[in-house]
Amino acid sequence: MQPTELTLLELAEKLAAREVTSLEVTQACLSRIAQVDGKVKAFLRLDESGALAAAEASDARRGKGNPLGPLDGVPVAVKDIFLTEGVETTCASRILQGFHPPYDATTVRLLKEAGMPILGKLNQDEFAMGSSNETSACGPCHNPWDVTRTPGGSSGGSAAALAAREVFGTLGTDTGGSIRQPAAFTNTVGLKPTYGRVSRFGVIAFASSLDVPGPLARTVGDVAALLQVLARHDPRDSTSVPVEVPDYSADLEHGVAGLKLGVPREYFTEGMDPEVEAAVREALKVYESLGATLVDVSLPHTKYALATYYLIAPAEASSNLARYDGVRYGLRARDAKGLKEMYGLSRDQGFGPEVKRRIMLGTYALSAGYYDAYYLKAQKVRTLIREDFNRAFQQVDALVSPTSPVPAFKLGEKVEDPLSMYLMDVFTLPCNLAGLPGLSLPGGFTKGGLPIGLQLMGRPFDEAKLLRIGRAFEREHDFVRRQAPL
Amino acid sequence: MPLSDFQPVIGLEVHAQLLTNSKIFCACSTEFGAAPNHNTCPVCLGLPGVLPVLNARVVEFAIRAGLALECTVKKTSVWSRKNYFYPDLPKGYQVTQYDQPICEHGKLSIDTPEGEKVVRILRIHMEEDAGKSVHDASAKESLVDLNRAGVPLLEIVSEPDLRSADEAVEYLKALRDVLVYLGVNDGNLEEGSFRCDANVSVMRKGATVYGQRVELKNINSFRFIKQAIEYEVARQVDVLESGGKVDQETRLFDANRGETRSMRSKEEAHDYRYFPEPDLPPLHVTDAQLDEVAQSLPELPRAKLTRFTSQYGLPEYDARILCAERPLADYFEAVAQHFKDYKKLANWFLGELLRLLKDEGGSITTLRFTTVQFANLLGAVEQGKISANAGKDVFGEMFRTGKEPEAIIAEKGLAQVSDVGAIEAVVDEVLGKNAGEVEKYKAGKKQIYGFFVGQVMKAMKGKGNPALVNELLKKKLGE
Repeated sequence: MQPTELTLLELAEKLAAREVTSLEVTQACLSRIAQVDGKVKAFLRLDESGALAAAEASDARRGKGNPLGPLDGVPVAVKDIFLTEGVETTCASRILQGFHPPYDATTVRLLKEAGMPILGKLNQDEFAMGSSNETSACGPCHNPWDVTRTPGGSSGGSAAALAAREVFGTLGTDTGGSIRQPAAFTNTVGLKPTYGRVSRFGVIAFASSLDVPGPLARTVGDVAALLQVLARHDPRDSTSVPVEVPDYSADLEHGVAGLKLGVPREYFTEGMDPEVEAAVREALKVYESLGATLVDVSLPHTKYALATYYLIAPAEASSNLARYDGVRYGLRARDAKGLKEMYGLSRDQGFGPEVKRRIMLGTYALSAGYYDAYYLKAQKVRTLIREDFNRAFQQVDALVSPTSPVPAFKLGEKVEDPLSMYLMDVFTLPCNLAGLPGLSLPGGFTKGGLPIGLQLMGRPFDEAKLLRIGRAFEREHDFVRRQAPL
Repeated sequence: MPLSDFQPVIGLEVHAQLLTNSKIFCACSTEFGAAPNHNTCPVCLGLPGVLPVLNARVVEFAIRAGLALECTVKKTSVWSRKNYFYPDLPKGYQVTQYDQPICEHGKLSIDTPEGEKVVRILRIHMEEDAGKSVHDASAKESLVDLNRAGVPLLEIVSEPDLRSADEAVEYLKALRDVLVYLGVNDGNLEEGSFRCDANVSVMRKGATVYGQRVELKNINSFRFIKQAIEYEVARQVDVLESGGKVDQETRLFDANRGETRSMRSKEEAHDYRYFPEPDLPPLHVTDAQLDEVAQSLPELPRAKLTRFTSQYGLPEYDARILCAERPLADYFEAVAQHFKDYKKLANWFLGELLRLLKDEGGSITTLRFTTVQFANLLGAVEQGKISANAGKDVFGEMFRTGKEPEAIIAEKGLAQVSDVGAIEAVVDEVLGKNAGEVEKYKAGKKQIYGFFVGQVMKAMKGKGNPALVNELLKKKLGE
């Protein structure tokens, strides 16, 4: 068995038992990347020397019996939206070409402090704006299960690299489903933590009130172990919440007997793929058989979530992306005559069409005379959506739904049709609007062999319970053991 | 219709840099005068991924100013983003407070020829300063210095309650005094740490609806404020008199020409697209926090002035000068602990101390001598140990060297002779030597009395106690 076929926790055990070294594993990952990433395009850039040096340092610690933690030496990779000191960080945009950050994101620092070598930077939609990884200025990422299809987005590279067995764990960010939807499309596990649970410091902002960094891996237990590293109050992020961090693995195997699982009727809509619906209904039966009680619940404002999201997220983005003006770093257009032209040309050449579209949407929504009708109204609806969830969680422990209404679609299929692309996030973005944790895990496959994702949504800071519920289903199947046919 | 038929209506917006050691959202120094871009970090450079963390001291200073200006300090206030592009604004937006500022509805009293006037304060909010663009360092490029980016500011907005340029100046001086007294601002207009924009309109006297207002920017001295407002009022009256209408616009004051000129019209006005700053939660101020700041609030200029006239029995003129700056007032009170003739003490402050500070430099907080030494010197003059003139010499020496007054008196031999026997001996000698003059005096030529005094003082090298010299001379001359 290749070391790259191990799960993150299996590798951690072998490292602890000194059956394998971090250097060997890191080299194995790099060979695997060299072998398959030409087809997948999950990595935008590698940091081979950095990763190998970190692996050697890890082995030295293991040799002295002083590992930094249970994951010391386990190679990981991060979405290009995370700042990595000295390693070019572009957010898959031309406008940040050549930007070498002078500091690490808090999450990146935490990975390093846990002793984990970082192999490189992963492909994504430009500034995390997209649901297919096709808006990347560096070209799309491909789904290892069918390279003519999207791995999802925006954290497409974070999911595809795992499905391609190039790495053991990754970081993604989720603003409207950008961790969960790629996880669903690639038979991997992705967790969007509660807003405020994981630091945003050093993560390039898309929509500040919605962005949440989180882990992806191949099993629920792997994700729990990564969350254990990442969940931390960060005084450098004023929206980080100083809530105690539980042991995310403690209850993992406790099953679902006695738990109440809500089935939100608004998440089983017309137009969703019948195979997806069937897989989720099947999963619900499994939960019932394991002793959970299913409860029919309603989240009546779900239908407004998409519109609400597409006012709030672009509004915040239009402001967050104002700093890319060619003055201090990144791309500056040559031959501009005067300041205004420098701004205009730099931003025109630096941003892709989807980013421009959202900047315009957001600028409009915040404009004098439109603010009340759009942005303010959207914030009010956001409150209603949050209240829907609060009511539901008075009755149930978690909600179960599909992650995406469809399995992975073809690259190029929706890229010219922004509205149908936006609809891809319809089941994931309510969680972001409400700030709640959401987990996507493998829920089966279509007849054509495409992965289907099962989504669990929980109460604020109730990640441990979501992971436990996810693990209960995972145990019943061999889905996570199935390998993409690369 | 002449100018006097119009009523100017003025409101002021003051930006005051706060005297915190570090910036509002990062730990960078706020020190003025560092090499360009030296006091910067990823946060105040607006690099990708950075987030603001509020400096608690800024909130404390804002509350201090709010309480001193009798504002309502709000339990919850909200940060907003003001979006616009400018090279010295690194994030492309300024973090400020917009529709929910920390303080509202305050007031500040000013003196006018008609008596005390209360000017209402509309609001006070906190925000970050921008950097500085330098256009004249290179022919082809503009340079940006971001040392100032993120320095905390208070914006204090008055209601349009001011009715003349003089009132505007009075208001600004009073506001500056308060902020400087509170220790939240250094009051320096020239260095830009206390900046003012003015909203000016005119209406016909007796009218109840304000005229179209014009915003004046870039006014950086009290003199310029008066000039700018007076120019603008006259300009608006001219426009109205010639049948025109005043445009809503922003005008820049040109100090070289003493005039205002249009900077941008209403059509060119920015749409700042304000919205709540998602990176900072709403700011909550607790009652405990308010109490703590209220406890630490110093006595304010007007209250101090009143107390100086009543407690020390000083004329208002003296009290005003002493209370103009808090360190001077504090120092007066410290010396007054040891020297109880307050009016005489005030005379020494207004005469000698301020003159020396002005002529020879130095500041009240770095004086070389102690309050006790100061009081001892005044005691020596009071008790006739030295003459008043000698006292001034000793004070000067003390000011320069910090030596004990007694040591200076001894060193310079300035001690006044009050020994009756010694003076009597000199008087006898002078009268003996000048028997002819004594005859003339006794014959009625009283005007030569001064001659005898002069001779005695000369013989005593100026150190004779004048009262005793007089007393003994008159006795010996048979008066």
